[in-house]
Amino acid sequence: MAMNDNVTKILGRAWLFGPDISTDMLSPGQYVHHPPEERLKHVLESARPEFASQVRPGEIVVGGPNFGCGSSRESAPQHLKDLGVAAVVADSFARIFARNAIAIGLVAIACPTLSEVVEDGDIIEVDVIAGRVSILDRNITLDADSIPEPMMDVLRLGGIEPMLALIGAEQAQDK
Amino acid sequence: MSYTDIKDVSKSRVAESAQQTVAEEILARASGRNRVNPGEHVVAEVDAMMMHDIFAADVLSMLQRTGIRRLNNPSKATVVFDHMVPSPSVSSSSHQAKARELIRYYGIDAFFEIGTGICHQVMVEENRVSPGQLVVGTDSHTTTYGALGVASTGIGSTEMAYALATGKLWFRVPESIAIVLEGEFQFGVTAKDLILKLMKVIGSSEAQYCSVEFGGPSVGNLDLADRMTVANMGVEMGAKFTIFPQGPLTTLKRDARYIASHVVSLDKLVPQIAVPHHVENVVDVNEVVGVPLDQVFIGSCTNGRLGDLRLAADVLRGKHIAKGIRLIVTPASANVMAAAAREGIIEDLVKAGAYVGGPGCGPCFGGHMGLLAPGERCLGTHNRNFRGRMGSGDAEIYLGSPLTAAASALAGAIADPREILDGLGSVHTGTTMSSSGG
Repeated sequence: MAMNDNVTKILGRAWLFGPDISTDMLSPGQYVHHPPEERLKHVLESARPEFASQVRPGEIVVGGPNFGCGSSRESAPQHLKDLGVAAVVADSFARIFARNAIAIGLVAIACPTLSEVVEDGDIIEVDVIAGRVSILDRNITLDADSIPEPMMDVLRLGGIEPMLALIGAEQAQDK
Repeated sequence: MSYTDIKDVSKSRVAESAQQTVAEEILARASGRNRVNPGEHVVAEVDAMMMHDIFAADVLSMLQRTGIRRLNNPSKATVVFDHMVPSPSVSSSSHQAKARELIRYYGIDAFFEIGTGICHQVMVEENRVSPGQLVVGTDSHTTTYGALGVASTGIGSTEMAYALATGKLWFRVPESIAIVLEGEFQFGVTAKDLILKLMKVIGSSEAQYCSVEFGGPSVGNLDLADRMTVANMGVEMGAKFTIFPQGPLTTLKRDARYIASHVVSLDKLVPQIAVPHHVENVVDVNEVVGVPLDQVFIGSCTNGRLGDLRLAADVLRGKHIAKGIRLIVTPASANVMAAAAREGIIEDLVKAGAYVGGPGCGPCFGGHMGLLAPGERCLGTHNRNFRGRMGSGDAEIYLGSPLTAAASALAGAIADPREILDGLGSVHTGTTMSSSGG
């Protein structure tokens, strides 16, 4: 099983969002059965209409408190991953969003005061293992929460789906 | 309104011998341990899993794609089609057709088709959950089963696939918060007003990841339907579980390690409204009386039960909603709808000008039915008023009780239900009014 090393240290441009970014903003309900490429155009449009068309692979979404509040829809972190977002760093997360992000292999790490310090467009480095976020041009480093080891294993495997594939392969041998 | 923090016990001061909270008890049992501690991660056996039509196809397709041939225990799984019902589009129909095929393939017998009701209502009506269980669902409002003393919470589709395949899932043991209820609901005040007030007091951060557990001398004043309304919206506080403990209901475990307690005096509660665009933006109704509305919605897993429709009918019977306003009513289940029809409630609502839809989620989640245009304003009995929740991101959503919603539909603007009720002689009063039984 290929291990993914891009989940331990991430360097990228920050897109700054406010508090309480909801799953309805990340993945609006009225597009839920639209084709995937159509759905991606509407990601976070009610917060920052330019985001979906301008975000580039490897960039980092920074949010305030309670990021990802709302429904359990996994399309919320999945849309960010599909747009190429490398990590989400927020002052705090709604629990389902944080679980879902890890489950699909997207780094989600809490850094309690980052949104107050970071400016939109700053280049930041997220050190997931050390639990640190640095704003490079301004020599600011903040402590972040660490991700428990079982979840790091999920991230390194690229999410739960590859884990299921291992179980599926075992079931195939049992037959 | 006086809320008092009677204690704020820090974790470090709690003795090892302390009684466990309900959440700790359930997670310890499910993970084969004597006791567990807040903050630790456990792998626990899940007692029941619920999926609805939005995610069932995604979950089961992932299992198929990864070569999973059989579920750990198909009898633990329930699927309810309630969101996109009846299907409004070909893509939605195709999604549902795929789910039906895989539900058969994986041998899930507990499959409830469109028209049965909203998943959380159906899970309770069909006895798919029982007290003391650990339950997950692909819907954030899975906290609803806490009304029955269940530790239940929402997860995403990938984690659901893992839970179905293995029967297990990891959980962080939550810290717990106690809510102690005292006094009695006053005329025109309901369980919805209680949970909205709690949203204001607790907000969406204090209870993040926590188990919120209810007790106190007045917890018995809330019937099952009331408890479902409150537990349903626990997730809006960020809670992992919202639990009404079973057994002796008047006291929470005296020595259990709650990190905070809030005492709520129901006597002092007045009708509450959540104003745009967040559920914790809650005000007393008098602060927004007169705000003009385009649409009123009565329904959802929060407030679409028989008692809720009964209260609405009490307000609307023999009257007509204001000119220029639309009233959409969706019963929470087929059983609710049938009972409401038997009681004449459906006729009362229809004659008053309501559009009464079939059982299901209706416009609550913004999928179809009753979406809002830019600039429109809606008051609903549902659970979320986030920007874009019910259609346009430039629409405004207010949340209130079924009584407030019905009174506002009559007035064409946000109204204090107590003023409308004062003019009516025949409606329930006192504690009966607070009960949304059914």
